[in-house]
Amino acid sequence: MSNIPETGRTPRVTVRLAVIQILVFSLLLTLGGRLWYLQIRNGDEYTAKADNNHVQQVVQPATRGAILDARGIPLADNETRLVVSASRTDLMKMPDDGEAVLTRLAGVLDMKPADVMAKVRLCDAKTPQPCWNGSPYQPIPITDEATTQQALQIRERAEEFPGISAEPTPVRRYAAPGESNAAQVLGYLSPVTDEEIKKAEDGPSPLLRSDQIGRSGLERTYDAELRGKAGVTRYEVDNLGRVIGKAKSEQAQPGSNVITSIDARVQAVAEKELALAMKEARKSFDKNTGTNYKADAGAVVVMEAKTGRVVAMASNPTYDPNAWVGGISARDYKQLTGKDSNYPLLNRAIQGQAAPGSIFKVIPTTAAVNAGYSFEGPYPCPSSYSIGGQVFKNFESAGHGDISLGQALEVSCDTVYYGLAHQQWLKDGGNNPKKDAKDWFYKTAHQFGLGKTTGIDLPGEVSGRVPDRKWKKDYWKANEKAWCKSGKKDGDYAQRIAYENCLEGMKMRAGDSVNYSIGQGDTLVTPIQMATIYAAISNGGTLYDPSVGKAIVSADGKHVQEIKPKSHGRLPMDAATRKKINEALAGVATRGTAAWRFVGWPQDKIPMHAKTGTAEVYGKQTTSWFATYTKDYTIVMTISQGGTGSGASGPAVRNIYNALYGVSADGTIDRKKALLPVPQRSLPRIDSNGTIQAQPVGRVYKAVGLGGGAPQ
Amino acid sequence: MTTPSGYPIRRYAPEPGTWSKLTARDSVVRRLDWVILLAALALSGIGAALVYSATRNRTELNQGDPYYFLVRHALNTGIGIGLAVATIWLGHRTLRGAVPILYGLSILLLLTVLTPLGSTINGAHSWIVIGGGFSVQPSEFAKITIILGMAMLLAAKVDAGDREHPDHRTVVQALGLAALPIAIVLLMPDLGSVMVMAIIILAVLLASGASNRWVAGLIGTAVIGAVLVWQLGVLDQYQIDRFAAFANPALDPAGVGYNTNQARIAIGSGGLLGKGLFHGTQTTGQFVPEQQTDFVFSVAGEELGFVGAGLIIVLLGVILWRACRIARETTELYGTVVAAGIIAWFAFQAFENIGMTLGIMPVAGLPLPFVSYGGSSMFAIWIAVGLLQSIKVQRPISA
Repeated sequence: MSNIPETGRTPRVTVRLAVIQILVFSLLLTLGGRLWYLQIRNGDEYTAKADNNHVQQVVQPATRGAILDARGIPLADNETRLVVSASRTDLMKMPDDGEAVLTRLAGVLDMKPADVMAKVRLCDAKTPQPCWNGSPYQPIPITDEATTQQALQIRERAEEFPGISAEPTPVRRYAAPGESNAAQVLGYLSPVTDEEIKKAEDGPSPLLRSDQIGRSGLERTYDAELRGKAGVTRYEVDNLGRVIGKAKSEQAQPGSNVITSIDARVQAVAEKELALAMKEARKSFDKNTGTNYKADAGAVVVMEAKTGRVVAMASNPTYDPNAWVGGISARDYKQLTGKDSNYPLLNRAIQGQAAPGSIFKVIPTTAAVNAGYSFEGPYPCPSSYSIGGQVFKNFESAGHGDISLGQALEVSCDTVYYGLAHQQWLKDGGNNPKKDAKDWFYKTAHQFGLGKTTGIDLPGEVSGRVPDRKWKKDYWKANEKAWCKSGKKDGDYAQRIAYENCLEGMKMRAGDSVNYSIGQGDTLVTPIQMATIYAAISNGGTLYDPSVGKAIVSADGKHVQEIKPKSHGRLPMDAATRKKINEALAGVATRGTAAWRFVGWPQDKIPMHAKTGTAEVYGKQTTSWFATYTKDYTIVMTISQGGTGSGASGPAVRNIYNALYGVSADGTIDRKKALLPVPQRSLPRIDSNGTIQAQPVGRVYKAVGLGGGAPQ
Repeated sequence: MTTPSGYPIRRYAPEPGTWSKLTARDSVVRRLDWVILLAALALSGIGAALVYSATRNRTELNQGDPYYFLVRHALNTGIGIGLAVATIWLGHRTLRGAVPILYGLSILLLLTVLTPLGSTINGAHSWIVIGGGFSVQPSEFAKITIILGMAMLLAAKVDAGDREHPDHRTVVQALGLAALPIAIVLLMPDLGSVMVMAIIILAVLLASGASNRWVAGLIGTAVIGAVLVWQLGVLDQYQIDRFAAFANPALDPAGVGYNTNQARIAIGSGGLLGKGLFHGTQTTGQFVPEQQTDFVFSVAGEELGFVGAGLIIVLLGVILWRACRIARETTELYGTVVAAGIIAWFAFQAFENIGMTLGIMPVAGLPLPFVSYGGSSMFAIWIAVGLLQSIKVQRPISA
C-alpha cells in the first residue's frame, strides 16, 4: 500500500497489535510442528496402531494331511462332520446379542440354551470353561456332531438362524484299519497354546489360535508337513467390530500326506498277538513270587532288517486315539495319564526301558572276540561261578561242559560270560582300575549303539543306559547321601545294599561286571535299540536309524519326498564273527532256548534266528525278551513282569512271522496267506489328482496265541 | 440508496447501473479482501469434503442418507456467506449503532438456553433445538456481540478524539458488558466458549490501548477464576476427566482418553500424503467420535496427510495474516478493536480445536472455524468475515 492512511493510533496500540500477531503465529507454528511430529516423525508407529485397530483376520484352517500305511491305507485321516458354528460378530449386531437365535438353535440341536450360550462367550480370567478362546471374528463351533437332519433344518430356515452356519468340516479321524490301533505311533493333536503361538510368531510357519498341534508320535514329528498352511482373510472392521471391507486373503494350503512303512495288517497282528500274549502270561504262575505274572506292559517291534523301517510297532497298554478328537474330556485325560491305567500314552517300544537279559549276549560275545578271545574257545560252562565267596549261578543251574562262544549263545550259558568278564575286570585292574582300562565289554555296548537314542522319527525316545565306570561314579555322586543315610550293615536286604553302595558304590566291582556281562543289573535298553542291533546282525552290520515315515507327498501328489534310510554306524565285528554269531542264533531257533517255539518252522526256506532273554528286576517279576530275525525282518518283543523270553513272548513272535510269510502250524508256506513275504519297497500309487490309492486291508486278523499256525 | 441506519453509500461512488457499480474500480466488490474470502471458501470446501468423508457411513447419524451432512454443511456455508454479504452491506459502523439491540437479543437467547427450551449436546448445555435437525448455539453469536459491544464502548472516546486511550471508567463499562454473557455461558456450562470469550476480551483490551494494569489484571483474574472454577467444583465430572486424560493420555484408553487417542492414531497414520480422501481406515471405521464436528481435523490428518492438514493451518494463517493487516490499517480504533477480537477468536479457537486433536490441548467442545460441521458456528464465523471485509471496505480511500 502506497498510501498508509493516518490511523491516529498510538504507538501503544501498534505495539500491542504486533504482539497479538506474533502470538497468533506462534500458535499456528506450534500446531504445524506438532503435526509434523505426529505424522512424519512418528507416522510409522501410528500406522501400525491404525492397522491393528481396523484389521481382523478370519482363519480357514488347512486340511491336515493323512498318515498312510505302506500300502496307502489311511491310519489317520479326516472325516467330514457337520459342524454348526455361530458368527459372534453377527450375533452381537442383534438387539438381544443373539440370545433368541441361540435359544432356537439349542432347540434344533437338542442342547440346553445355556450350554449353547456358554460356548459362544469369550474366555477371560473370570469366565470358566466352556468358553471360546479363539478370535471373536472366527466362527465358533457349537457342535461337530450335528445330524444331516439338523443341518438341513438350520440351512433351510436360514432367516431364522442369522449368523449360524452348518457346514461339512474335516475332523481328525484315526481309522484303525483292520482293527489296528497304532495309537502311540500315530500320536495325537491338541490345541495350540499361547506360548507356541508366540514362539512361532516370526517363524516361517506362524501358528493361528485355531490350530491343532501334533503332540506325540508321527503327528508331532511330521506336524509341519501335515499341518499345511491355514488360509487367512483379513477384514477391515469399524469401531464396533462390524466388517466394512475385505483387505487381503490367502488361500489355505492343505497339508502333505505322510506315507509310513507301517503295514496296517501286520500292525494289527502285532498288537493282537502282544495283547493275547500278555493275557496268557497273566494266567501262568510265577514260582519266584508265588503269584501269577502281572504282564503289566509290553511292546513289539517289527522292522525291515535291511532298511531299519518299522513295519509294525505295538505298545500295551494302549488307548483309542480318537479320544483326543474334538477336545479330550477331563475324564479321558485323567485315565490316559493316570497310574491306574499304567500310562497308555507311553510308546513302550521307544520309551520303555529294562535290563535286556540274555538277548544282550551278542554284545559280550563280540566284546570277547574284540578283546582277543577266540570264538571257538573252548570255555568252561559250569553250573555256577564264584568270586570271593559270592556265587553267580547259571540260569536254571545247568552246566554244559567246555563250549564255544556260539554254543554259549545257543544254550545261553551265563558262566562262560562271567568267566570272561571277570578276567577282563581283573586285567583292567579290578577294584583299583588302571588309567588305561580297556573296558571291552562296556566299549562294545556303546559301539552297538546302547546308551543313546537310535534316532527314530518319533518323539520322546529314551536312551537306555550302559552302566560303565563313568555312570557308576555319577550315579554314586547323585545318591551317596541317601544311601549313606538309609544304609545299615545288619539291616534288611535293601538296607544292606544301601550300606554297601554308600561305601563303594562309586567303584566298578567284580560282581557288577559279571552281572553286566549277561545283561542283568543296571543295564537298560529299549526294544527299538535291540531291534536295531539284531537288524544290523541280519543285514551285515549296518545300524540303521529306525524310521516310520517313508515318504511325504504333497496334497496335489506332485511332490513326493522319499525319506531314505539313514545309518548311525556299523557293528564292531568282522564278517567272520558276524557269520558265526548268525549261525549260533540260527542254532538258538533250531536247537537252543527258542527251538521249542519254532517247531515245524521251514528253516531251510526261511532261516530263522533268535535269542531269548529273561531279565531280573529287583522287587518285580522277570522281564521277558525275545529278539529274532530273518533275512528280511527283525522282531523284538518284551513283556514287563511277563516271565521268560521264549515262554511269554515266543508264541506271539512266531505268529507274527507266520502271518508275514504265510507259514502254517505244520510248516507249509502258503504265499496267498502271506501278508508281506518281502518288505514293501514301492510307494502306493498316486493318482494325478493327488489321491493315494489304498490297497485292501483284507480280513480282520484274530489273535492265535498259543494255538500257533498261520492266520485262520 | 441508504442503509437502514442511514449511512449513504453514494458517498463512495456515483450511482450508475448495478453491474458497473459492482465492477467499478473503486467499487465495494473490488475493494473486498479477496484473499480472506478465497481462503475462507477453500476452508469451507475442504470442510465439506471432510464432513462428507466422516459421515457418509455413519448410518446412525445421517438417517441413511450419506449426503445428509454434506448438504447441510453446504447450506450452512451458503447461509453464512449470505450473512457475510449482509454484514458488509450493513457495515460494521451500522452494527455499532445496533449494539444495544444485538446485545439484548444475545442475552435473551443465552437465557433461553437456561430455560427448559435449552438442550444438552455432548455434555454442553448450550443449545436451543429448533427442530428439523437444526439447533442454535447462542454462545457463538454472543462472541460477536461481545466484540462489537466492547469495541463500541472502548473506541468511542478515542475515535471522537477526546482521549488517547480508553479511560478506566470505559474499561469497567466494557468489562461489565462482557461479564453478563460470560456469566450465563459459565452457568450452562460451556467452558470452551468461556475460554474463547476470555481470550477475546483480552485481545480487545490489548488492541484498545487500555492501560497495562487492566491487561495484567485481566490475566490475573482469569488465572484466579480458573483456580476457583476448579476448586469450587463448578466443573462437571466429564470436564475433570477431560483434563485428567489430557495430562495423562494413557489413562483409561477405552474411556475418556479414547477420543484423543484415536484422533492421534488417525492423524499420525496419515503420514506425509495421507491415505486418500474417503480411504482413511480410522475415519471409515468410525474410530474417532464427533469426527464431523470437534474432531474434523483428524479426518484431514488421516486422509490428506501432513500436506492437506498443513494446508488447513496455512489457510487459517493466511486469513489471520490478512486480518492483522486489516486491524493495522483501518483508520478508526473501533475497526482495529473489532478486528483484533475476531483475530483472537479465530486463532484461539483453531489452536484449541486442532491442538486437542493433536494432543497438546485438553478436550473442549469447540469447532474448527469454517471446517467443522455446525450451523451456529458457521454463521458466526462468516458474520465475522463480513465484519473484517466491512472494516477494510469502509476504510476511506486516500486520494
